[in-house]
Parts: sequence; C-alpha cells; structure tokens
Amino acid sequence: MQGNLRDVSLTQVLNIINLSRKTGTLVLYEAKKTGQMEKVNAEQERERIEAGAERAHIVFKEGKLVHARIGEQDGNLVTVLNKSGKLTDGQAKIIRERTKNVNDKAIALKLIGANYVTQKDIINSIQQYTMDIVYNMSSWKQEPFRFQDNVMPTVERIMVPIDLKNVIIELSRREEMLTELNNFLPDLDRPLKFPPDLKQKFQGVHLSVEEWRVVSYVDPKNTIRQIAKASNMSDVEIRRVVYGLVQAGLVQVVEPAAGSALQNSSGRRARPRPKSSNVQADVVNRLISKIKSM
Amino acid sequence: MQTVKMVITGPYSSGKTEFISSISEIDVVKTEREVTTKAEREVKDQTTVAMDFGRITVDDDLVLYLFGTPGQRRFDFMWEILAEGMLGFVVMVDSAKPETFREAKSILETFRAYAPTPYVVAANKQDHPDAWQTDDMRVALRIDEDVKLLPCVAKDKESVKNVLLELLYSILEEMES
Ligand SMILES: Nc1nc2c(ncn2[C@@H]2O[C@H](COP(=O)(O)OP(=O)(O)O)[C@@H](O)[C@H]2O)c(=O)[nH]1
Ligand SMILES: [Mg+2]
Repeated sequence: MQGNLRDVSLTQVLNIINLSRKTGTLVLYEAKKTGQMEKVNAEQERERIEAGAERAHIVFKEGKLVHARIGEQDGNLVTVLNKSGKLTDGQAKIIRERTKNVNDKAIALKLIGANYVTQKDIINSIQQYTMDIVYNMSSWKQEPFRFQDNVMPTVERIMVPIDLKNVIIELSRREEMLTELNNFLPDLDRPLKFPPDLKQKFQGVHLSVEEWRVVSYVDPKNTIRQIAKASNMSDVEIRRVVYGLVQAGLVQVVEPAAGSALQNSSGRRARPRPKSSNVQADVVNRLISKIKSM
Repeated sequence: MQTVKMVITGPYSSGKTEFISSISEIDVVKTEREVTTKAEREVKDQTTVAMDFGRITVDDDLVLYLFGTPGQRRFDFMWEILAEGMLGFVVMVDSAKPETFREAKSILETFRAYAPTPYVVAANKQDHPDAWQTDDMRVALRIDEDVKLLPCVAKDKESVKNVLLELLYSILEEMES
C-alpha cells in the first residue's frame, strides 16, 4: 500500500490498517515538489510530488497502533517519560548518562524498582506520546507514504497497543478537512444506519457528547440534515461528526438506491433512467460458454 | 440476430482499452490516443468523441459488444447512451494509482444511477509493483461486501475472461433471484 495523503487521507489509511489488522510500518516521507506536472484525469493536471527524506514512522501490530516516531526524535523511554512530566529534566539527564546502551525494557524495570515511576505511568506516557505524534500529523495533506508489511523497528521499544478506532475518531476531530468532508458527504439528505456487528464495534469507544447525540438519532427515517437540525449543529459540524463515526466504522451512510437521489445531488439533469436490458438467462449462459472457450 | 452489450468504464488510463483489446476478436477501434500538448488536446476534443469498441461473436445469432467509456467527463452524455440497455458494467481501477480512486468511485456511482444492472470492479494492474491489495482497495473505495472486486491484469486474456465471467455470473444470479 503506497500513495500520497493528497489522495488518501491519514484517517483513511489508518482505517484500512485497522480493518485489515495489518502488521508493519507506515513510513511517511517529505513532500518534494518536482516542478513537473502530472495528469489527475483527462482534463486536470497538478504538480507531481516525490517522496523526499523519511519524515515519520508509525508502527502497527495486528491493526493496533504500537509505536510512532517523527523526525530526529528517537522516542526512547526516558524522553517519553520526561515529556509526560514523570521525570524532570534533571532526572532524565542523570538516567540517560547511567543507562547508555541499556534497552528500554531494562530501564523500565529499573525505574519501577527504584520507585521513580509506576508501570501505569510508563504505559500511559508511551500511549500519549505515540498518539500525540499521530495527532500532530492531522495537518499533513500531501506527504507520500508507503506501508511496509511486517517491518518492525530495529531498536527495541516498549510497545503498548492502542486501539485505532479512538485514534481515528480523535484524528478526524482535529483534522481540518472541509473540502474532504464535502466530497465525502455531498448529500445531507441521506439517513444513517448502524453496521451489522454493532455491539462489538461500540466496545471500548469513547464518544463525545455531539457524537452520542448523532448516534442516538441514527434511524432510516432521519436524514443527516434532520439530525443536524435536531441537535443544533451546523452543516460543517454534522459532517465532521458523521465523518469520524463512519471512518471508525460505527455508522454507515445509506447509499441512494440505484437511479434515485444521486442524479439530483450531483447536479445532473434528472432524465428518465435508461431501461435495463431484458435478455434471457439462455443468452447469458451462451455468453458464459463462449468466453470460457476463448 | 441479437446483440447485447457491456460497458467497460473507469478513470483515464485505468486500462479500459487494454482490457477490451485483450478479448475482442476485432482490432479495437482505439480512438483515445495519449494526448500530450494542450493544443493537441483541444483539437482532439473537437474532432473525436473517444470511445473504444470491441466485439465477441458467440454464434450466428448472438454478438456481444464491449464499449469503453470516453475518459473526458464532458462526454458524460455519451455514458448515458452507452448505459442504455447494457447487460452490466465493469469499473476498471488502476490499483497502483490511489490518486484515481475517488474518480473511480464517482464514475461507479454515476453508472449505478443510470441503470440498475449488475457490475463488478476490476482492480487492474495487479502486476504493478505498487499495486494495492484488493482488500485495501475495497476499504479505500468504500465498496460494499456484496459487490465483486476482482484482481485483474488487463494485458492477460485469462484475467479479462475471469472478470467478464464473474460479471456474467452476477447477471445470471440476479435473473434467478
Ligand atoms: N502493468 C500493467 N499495465 C497496464 C495494464 N492494463 C493497462 N496497462 C497500461 O496502462 C496504460 C493505460 O491503459 P489504457 O488501456 O490505455 O487505459 P484507458 O485510458 O482506460 O483506456 C497503458 O500504457 C497500458 O499498457 C495492466 O494490467 N498492467
Ligand atoms: Mg482508452
């Protein structure tokens, strides 16, 4: 899996990794402008962007976020605990000097043994550090990326699995993506529905008040516009909330039935729908044998 | 004699012409050359309504036509004409070009709105080193579980046959339901 965040947003990438329970490293590169144009489709061109230096690494294990590293920061345990305020700058400095060439796990055991920190402090700090790195990427919009299957960090790090669903929701909250939102939900006159395995999906998910409100109105009879009105949200707000919920797989937008709403929503003139063919099964069977024999 | 048709659609350069060429018994009428300069494009747009066209003769009284849709959206009006009476359609997607996924989805939705016929999505260029896996494409393109998303290499006749057969099976299934 490779591409550019211009075309596939980070939330979408995380969603894919979550759903297919991938293990490996997502590498994001600096966006290097080439000055050359490339075709987007038959009519549009845009500047081609190349992958520059590696900018960040996000590591996943079976679809869970386990590690993130950005730029020159190496994300070792002492730095992480220092950043979360569990170790002062002075403490961090001394520990770093004493633990050169000691791996993070051994350092963790020593720190817990010496009552500097608790195991819970360590877990929380690592989780927060990792998530912050990912959240700070919400403004990244044109970085090339590549997912390297089964590639894990070479340096030993303590990996605390983080459920991606919450990360995806939070990331969508932070992302400023009005255009994306409009593309995603051009039509507010569609209802929302729940996915089939609802109970499982909602397990361990923390929703905001707005999200709960929207979720509580999900019903084939309520369009998104009606839900927005009922819960006092602007078009932008409702789009953002619905986007996050859909990306996390918690609700689905009901697609218009073939031949119905779409023509109107995309500004096409409504015309009588072409008739579908009414050929016989016999014709289809003859086509099948012919193609098989080719 | 009865003629039936299928439409092969998808974004620019997704492999529609290649797909039709691999299976058509006549040389595909290739109307859509690579256009390089803007001037050439303008001239070309005025002179040609680009459309690929292939044929498979089944027997004395049955012929299947394959129509590739023109890439330029300004020829959308052609799509509707092509869609009229089609047995089904194939949406080609270049698996190595995620920048075209949105366009592919939009084309899919447009065709779905034209006619309620069965369709399949062909994840083309699976031989490309950067090709996305079909499962990942399903998520990125938001394709329902019950829609077939098939790996495809349009240069390979067997692969093209497989896509057409899967579409025909879906058509048959719908007739029987
Ligand atoms: N590697 C690879 N290249 C392909 C495949 N199908 C088409 N291509 C190439 O992709 C380019 C665009 O294909 P074309 O059929 O003209 O696309 P169209 O614009 O959809 O008709 C051409 O250079 C083809 O040779 C495929 O399955 N694998
Ligand atoms: Mg072509």
